[in-house]
Amino acid sequence: MEIILAIVIGVLYAAGVYLLLRRSIVKLILGLIFFSHATNLLVFLAGSLSKVSPPFVQEGQKVAQASVADPLPQALVLTSLVIGFGITAFALVLIYRFYQSSGTVDFDQLKED
Amino acid sequence: MENLLMLPLVLPVLAAIVSLFAKNSLNFRKASGVFFTLAQLAVAIVILVKVYRDGILVLQVGSWPAPFGITLVADMFSAIMLFFAGLIGFTVSVYALGMMDERRLKFHFYLLFNILLLGVNGAFITGDVFNLYVWFEVMLISSFVLITLGGERKQLEGAVKYVTINMVSSMLFLAAAGLLYGKMGTLNMADLAVKLQHEPASNLVNSSAMLFFIAFGIKAAVFPFFFWLPASYHTPPVAVTALFAGLLTKVGVYAMIRFFTLFFMPLGGIWKELFLITGGLTMLIGVFTAASQYDIRRILSFHIISQIGYMIMGLGFFTPLGIAGAIYYMGHNIVAKTNTFMVGGMVSKLKGTFELKSIGGLYKSHPYLALLFVIPAFALAGVPPLSGFFGKFILVKAGFDSHHFLVTAISLFVGLITLFSMMKIWNEGFWKKQPEDAEEVIAYQEKKLGFAMIFPSVVLALFSIGMGVAVGFFFDFCMTAAHQLLDPSSYIKAVLGN
Repeated sequence: MEIILAIVIGVLYAAGVYLLLRRSIVKLILGLIFFSHATNLLVFLAGSLSKVSPPFVQEGQKVAQASVADPLPQALVLTSLVIGFGITAFALVLIYRFYQSSGTVDFDQLKED
Repeated sequence: MENLLMLPLVLPVLAAIVSLFAKNSLNFRKASGVFFTLAQLAVAIVILVKVYRDGILVLQVGSWPAPFGITLVADMFSAIMLFFAGLIGFTVSVYALGMMDERRLKFHFYLLFNILLLGVNGAFITGDVFNLYVWFEVMLISSFVLITLGGERKQLEGAVKYVTINMVSSMLFLAAAGLLYGKMGTLNMADLAVKLQHEPASNLVNSSAMLFFIAFGIKAAVFPFFFWLPASYHTPPVAVTALFAGLLTKVGVYAMIRFFTLFFMPLGGIWKELFLITGGLTMLIGVFTAASQYDIRRILSFHIISQIGYMIMGLGFFTPLGIAGAIYYMGHNIVAKTNTFMVGGMVSKLKGTFELKSIGGLYKSHPYLALLFVIPAFALAGVPPLSGFFGKFILVKAGFDSHHFLVTAISLFVGLITLFSMMKIWNEGFWKKQPEDAEEVIAYQEKKLGFAMIFPSVVLALFSIGMGVAVGFFFDFCMTAAHQLLDPSSYIKAVLGN
């Protein structure tokens, strides 16, 4: 499972960087989205995947008896997902306004002034 | 009194809430915006004095003991940076009263301004790696909106570059934090420092360290990651640029100094050499590219980069004097750089343009403005007895003491070219006659400079002089901070207890 996820992350990063380097601003945003998802998966994977019970403590006890999964990376990913969602929404509005004011989605068509 | 550390975070949030409720009264929003930044400055001074007298302040948020909860920590370094954030927040908020147009002020300029300060304050006092990421995002999102506020075409162009590169840098930061957690199993900074000292395979964290270096390097505009800064900083209104120039890149430098002194540099490795090389190149390339520019804001933007190089160089020396010099230099640079942008803004208010080729004669028509420009400009170039001279003097002494002659020589040379750039603005803008053929200036209706524009610039100019004249007083704070950074045991003890 780790191997598969690692490959997925690698592919996502590669696709993200490729799209970031294109001239079209729409592809740029797509690249950013890939990039942020690759990072989220990486953080998720860094907490290590394991087939253990969910992190609940039995009633009446102070620590979990069996080995449990680490909930923290998932909390981190949740936070960064929300932040990423907000920024992506902002970036989408930004490129739309950019298109409206400059009339192009291609960086090479921009004139220096 | 423990909850004192909450105030730098609570005050900006309160300011934002108040300004949302006062929907119809612009004057009330302006007044509350300025009032809350002044309150932040006052709180920052209280914290600074308290930390200096009683040692490191720690607040375990929600009473969760470290390393399980989020910890807020103010050591000397944090307290000094909080103070400068408060000072810049207050002066720029007054300056914006005079400089910002009504339309932008109505679009909740002061709300965004205070949220930006919230992010900056939070980044300075957090003791948790992931929490630092969140504060960075708070700061970035409000800076995204501030840089696009008004929606002019040039602003949008600059903002696309700014948003893209900053988002990439945030992702790298997040990836680094995730990998570090995967290796060490904790995100509390003090706990990480302890665990890294006892970690046998500590070279495995080098991948995170390098990612942190790149992420903070992008935010601090270090060579070779600085290209976004001159492409975007000259586009928003000058009050926004003054705030960004003073604070945002320094947050990146702050994070770099904090992380590398606490975690990675004690482990050895290539970091010292890396900082010295990138610091030297940042200084040189920033100052050379500035020399070829003719727009006031662009010249000053490139100078931000070259000045960042000095701080990185101070970190690279990794001696108490070097770190203290870097901290002193940060304070000096925050004040002087914001002030030069403020004066640049006033010049454009008088002449309607930032282009040096088409303006002139300001010394004759506005001699006091010339004086206001000379003080921060000479401070940046390092003329005694202003703050920049002592900043450079400390760093140069630290460099010679630790036998890093080449990079120290570069820093002296860069000081000379900085003087050249400042002389260029002086000669072109203030000294030569107003060119007859500059149509856009002739057609421009000269606006009056109000008290709200001149007052903050005077405050910062006096501060630049004060930092130079009373250098022993300020340097004492920086030296204490440097000792705490180089010997993290007091920081660790304050956070973790025992």
